[in-house]
Amino acid sequence: MTNLKPVDVAIIGGGWTGLAMANELAGRTSQSVLVLERGIPRKTADYALDMDELDYAIRLRMMQNIADETITHRHSARATAVPVRQYGSFLPGSGVGGAGEHWNGASWRFLPELFTLRSHLNQKHGAAKLPADLAVQDWGVTYGDLEPHYWHAEQMLGVSGKAGNLKGKTVAGGNPFEAPRQNEYPLPPLKDAYLSTLFAEGAKKLGYHPYPQPAANLSETYRNPDGITRAACSYCGYCERFGCMVGAKAQPSNTLMPLLARRKNFELRTGAWVRRIVHRDGHATGVEYVDARGEEFFQPAGVVVVATFTLNNTRLLYLSKIGTPYDPASGKGALGRNLTHQTDGTTPIFFDKPLNSFMGTGALSMRISDFDGDRALNGSEGLLRMGMLGTNSFGNRPIASFDALPRGSVKRNWGSEWKAAALKWRDRNAGIYLSGEHLSYRQNFMDLDPAYKDKYGDPLLRFTLDWTEHEHRQRAFANQIARKIAPAMGATVDDTQPPRGKYNAINYQSTHIQGGAIMGDKPDSSVVNRYLQHWDVPNVWVIGASAFPQNPSHNPTLTVLALTYWAADAIVNRYLKHPEALA
Amino acid sequence: MTHRMKRREFLTIPAAAIGGTLLYTLGGEAFRLQAQGNKQDGNIQVPLRFFTAEEARVVSAACARIFPSDSNGPGATEAAVVIYIDRQLAGPYGRDKYRYTKGPFIESLPEHGYQGKENPREIYRAGVQALGNFAALSLADQDAKLVSIEQSSFFRLLRTHTIEGMFADPMHGGNAGLIGWQLIGFPGPQMSYRNEIDKHFGQPFRPKPASLQQIMRRTGQPWEDEKT
Ligand SMILES: Cc1cc2nc3c(=O)[nH]c(=O)nc-3n(C[C@H](O)[C@H](O)[C@H](O)COP(=O)(O)OP(=O)(O)OC[C@H]3O[C@@H](n4cnc5c(N)ncnc54)[C@H](O)[C@@H]3O)c2cc1C
Ligand code: SF4
Repeated sequence: MTNLKPVDVAIIGGGWTGLAMANELAGRTSQSVLVLERGIPRKTADYALDMDELDYAIRLRMMQNIADETITHRHSARATAVPVRQYGSFLPGSGVGGAGEHWNGASWRFLPELFTLRSHLNQKHGAAKLPADLAVQDWGVTYGDLEPHYWHAEQMLGVSGKAGNLKGKTVAGGNPFEAPRQNEYPLPPLKDAYLSTLFAEGAKKLGYHPYPQPAANLSETYRNPDGITRAACSYCGYCERFGCMVGAKAQPSNTLMPLLARRKNFELRTGAWVRRIVHRDGHATGVEYVDARGEEFFQPAGVVVVATFTLNNTRLLYLSKIGTPYDPASGKGALGRNLTHQTDGTTPIFFDKPLNSFMGTGALSMRISDFDGDRALNGSEGLLRMGMLGTNSFGNRPIASFDALPRGSVKRNWGSEWKAAALKWRDRNAGIYLSGEHLSYRQNFMDLDPAYKDKYGDPLLRFTLDWTEHEHRQRAFANQIARKIAPAMGATVDDTQPPRGKYNAINYQSTHIQGGAIMGDKPDSSVVNRYLQHWDVPNVWVIGASAFPQNPSHNPTLTVLALTYWAADAIVNRYLKHPEALA
Repeated sequence: MTHRMKRREFLTIPAAAIGGTLLYTLGGEAFRLQAQGNKQDGNIQVPLRFFTAEEARVVSAACARIFPSDSNGPGATEAAVVIYIDRQLAGPYGRDKYRYTKGPFIESLPEHGYQGKENPREIYRAGVQALGNFAALSLADQDAKLVSIEQSSFFRLLRTHTIEGMFADPMHGGNAGLIGWQLIGFPGPQMSYRNEIDKHFGQPFRPKPASLQQIMRRTGQPWEDEKT
């Protein structure tokens, strides 16, 4: 193990959060900032030849190499976990920019009540009425704390959208149920795809309030406050799972790296796989990593920021023995608790006209929030929380979209009859999609697997996770609404029933994985404080969706960025002046 | 296995089968398929990377039943799906270079996907062998045979790969002459739909398909060509 020259701040992980934190710290202070990223370097020019569905969207060329490291999964603490051997219900990124290079770009603010969800539910239902296994918690921050940071993130990305609630006043065309905004979006919404217009018409007929999803795919050429200019989106449809070749989709490589590359106090080391955070007497001294050739290093650092996405944020704390592991039997310990995914579900719909669905972009969606949160629930549904519904026009590519037919329309899924049906429906099918809140439960958590190892022999992260009756009901409820909207938008539905099965670790759902190192206002029930500073080791900061105590109905990244800016403010304005626990 | 690899094996396909001129309509539009390939005697000799010539004939026949050429247009034979599969199996995918393959191997629930030890090359070798003289059977007997293996890992792979070989960019070996994209009216990678996305509502918009090579004048290295 070679000892390296100390740095002031070592950031583990070079994705959205790690690079955003690096840019704040290196830009606003004279601290030396080092980012250790285990993947490869990436830049816009790399994406000129990536419009290939097979290698990028099917074989997943940009994702973390699952042969080197994966997770294991079991449905309950009684079962034996097995490894997720091929992707996967979510897709962890790798390389400079992380999953931010091949994300969709959906850029949401959360509802204010989500940050105080335990208090909200207690007040609404009475604490005694809530299920005993519900692990929902307050975050320790409020929407008001984050509003300016949301705005900072929206301007950095160049979010295209339409405000529906400006300073408390409802604005036509936007989402009337959203959290109040101080500013209109930086850019107007993207153009509507045909499917978006059909959904909007259908939803309006039923009295709902459709609006375009806020998107980090630029509707127009945009120059952000950092002085970076990017081109407008061309709706090429090679977006989710691809890097954008024109830079229209905000990615760390086209928003943050150009700034960081100019900073003298910043260094990026790729191929650096961090295995341990080294600490003594409640103080981190640095990190140990292995480089691409297998050589081992100790990198001393004054502050360690863990920014490796939910999975490794949790695993690195376990491997480094920082914090008290969660015990689901007693409910004690915080590390690994409150693992959530997203309640998603799709009601397939079919049209008699072609949709030209190959055109689109990663966040081109029409949504309704009429059922978001609990605003439309009257108690008879047996539901605490719901979510958003809508259609997606991300660009249908031919391999993945070939095989969608009304259920029961063919006897066999191959041969002439199947081919005829698949050809007929290929461009005449879509879905009404639910993005629902996945609440946290005592029995869903992460720890280390006792049997399976990564390529360096370190234990894999183990998920204990299954759906509960609440998620089944959310999907059934969404399906009922979708069945009303479909005819209003000129579509038919088949007799597919919403699945009630176990958690599926193989079929892609979304890369919204939260928890493990959650934030809160008490050290016994959270891993980091309201500034994302570790309760036990105050010079360790753990940033990302690992901090979410439960999953909101909205995609996580804008909030993850807002929290990163909020934590950066605390480091710059308070911690560096008085290096101590801030809460 | 090694003795198999000694001699370079070729698949001989009649040029008329792939990329022969063919007219058909879809969504009210007619397409003319271009002849392609290098031919003197009307045959194209394709060097195989993984299959033996005999194995390739079996796989080709099976793919042709999964995605047949029929009154609805061309299928797996015209698209040269077998060439696509051969290249995938020869590359990192076929060797499971990007799958987690550490033990212990435990059979688990369907929700955990394929948990076996065998890689796609091994699954194909065994699966093709079990199909025996498949290529010589009548079409009805071929179908019956496929029905009997429908639940196997081999069949699931074969079906998935057939769809991939129909519709992947031609740089991967299938979708010969863009026949798969023409069949479904998919234009391939195009630089911009900025002026199109909000038009053509309810009408088929079917730009002439082009491959990545045609659009960009070059391609990257397909993943299957990575050194393993
Ligand atoms: C296909 C896809 C679509 C998505 N679409 C959306 C969307 O539309 N909207 C939305 O809000 N979110 C979306 N997401 C999620 C979004 O990408 C993430 O929320 C975001 O990237 C998280 O940022 P992060 O910095 O926490 O993690 P990442 O961006 O994943 O970065 C983490 C980095 O840490 C590195 N790393 C991990 N372990 C180590 C280690 N031990 N040593 C060194 N480096 C390490 C990784 O290589 C990686 O580069 C999507 C994700 C995917 C995969
Ligand atoms: S759809 Fe738009 S944002 Fe996405 S990759 Fe294409 S041009 Fe870029």
